[in-house]
Amino acid sequence: MSQGRSGAEQRLVTPGMAIGPLTGMRVGSGAISHNDEIIATKLGWVRELNGTISVDPINSPYLPRSGDLVIGTVAEVRNNLWFLNINGSFQGLLPMSLAPWKVEFGQARQHMDVGDSALARVQEVDECHNVVLTMKGVGLRRLSQGAVVEVPVNHLDRIRGENNANLDRMKNISDCRIIVGENGRVWIDGDDDNISWTREALAITKQHGHKSNFDSIMKKHEKTFTKQGDA
Amino acid sequence: MGGYGDIQLLRDDGLRLDGRKLDESRPVSIQAGILPAADGSAMVTHGLNVAVAAVYGPMEAHPRKIQRQDRAVIDVRYNMAPFSTSDRIRPGYNRRSREISKVTAEALESAVLVERFPRSKIRVEIEILAAEAGTRCAGITAASVALADAGIPMRDMVVGVASGKIEDTVVLDLDKAEDNYGQADLPVGILPNTGEIAFLQMDGDLSPEEFDLAMEYNFKAAKEIHEIMVDALKARYEGGDN
Repeated sequence: MSQGRSGAEQRLVTPGMAIGPLTGMRVGSGAISHNDEIIATKLGWVRELNGTISVDPINSPYLPRSGDLVIGTVAEVRNNLWFLNINGSFQGLLPMSLAPWKVEFGQARQHMDVGDSALARVQEVDECHNVVLTMKGVGLRRLSQGAVVEVPVNHLDRIRGENNANLDRMKNISDCRIIVGENGRVWIDGDDDNISWTREALAITKQHGHKSNFDSIMKKHEKTFTKQGDA
Repeated sequence: MGGYGDIQLLRDDGLRLDGRKLDESRPVSIQAGILPAADGSAMVTHGLNVAVAAVYGPMEAHPRKIQRQDRAVIDVRYNMAPFSTSDRIRPGYNRRSREISKVTAEALESAVLVERFPRSKIRVEIEILAAEAGTRCAGITAASVALADAGIPMRDMVVGVASGKIEDTVVLDLDKAEDNYGQADLPVGILPNTGEIAFLQMDGDLSPEEFDLAMEYNFKAAKEIHEIMVDALKARYEGGDN
């Protein structure tokens, strides 16, 4: 992802731009081969690692993968299933059998209605991009409090940092419970002021996440919280 | 093409009425990411043309009958604002906007890797805020930058350029007078890195030699505009990096 860019690796490319010769190199994500050359297909930063050239896109739609932890919003309810908006091209289907409750046919709406948010996991994605979700698992539940904020999918690694260092620091400073969904949605729960500060931090990530000086911008924001607390 | 033979479109010194050389394009400026609500957006100013493009998606294609099991469809809506010309344009879809929406969608489909998003739709909205001949080209250029800004994978960015013929002379990038009273117009969508042609229309008559010269002008202009497109995208994300 965008983190880890440094020195000579930092090269912004646009779709159609030649990013290297095909000979001796493998084509990674965000690139295709054409006439002995590797061509970028997305706007992003070139990365060359272990003989593979790829492009880390700055913007990218969320493509669900099996096992992803996602935060969804109920878009439709049927007798025995829910359709959740998971910020992807297609809605995710949550069948009654994969819900954490004992649901009787026709009673799905009593457990989760349109507009409710839920923490779920992607169970399966088929070749036609149909997504099946599950809420059977530790921590998977309906999110009945807190706030959900959307951030670019490509900036999730920036929010987390190396070994979740940034996320842990944000949690410690704000004293909020924070869950980062792979689908570019972040759930925050805590005091109103703390949620507000965390939302600002995520807005900064949204705006400056692609920049190399992102860490210093975020550190400045972290200092503002201390000042608010002191005052 | 109006084809009014007695209207002078070239000056005695060989330059055009606005002072441009025969192979000179109108000034072009591009700004990427201007609409916060869209997944990707761009504004192109080409001479007095102003085109804004917004991209949404990929999303599930509705109605289902337009879905393709193996690829995405690109749904383009080109529209001229009622205030874009000196005579008020009646709002809404018309024959011309349908045609331009269709050719633009087909041009973009040849560049976008549509097979990556089966059953999906990528919605492209093009709004012409000011028109002075060449709006379909400005619209295609804006849509390409907006698609790149939205992170949609593409083989190349399509550049819209046009040449034409006035007073039996081939010229690049017709303005309003040249478009109205000239003899031919040749708008083309070019993939500048590969040199492929994504769309081509011709209004009026050109001899094979004139056609070759017009295409030469178009390819030259496409390279120049492509550089401006790349700069616009880089300016959005490289600005203030350090």
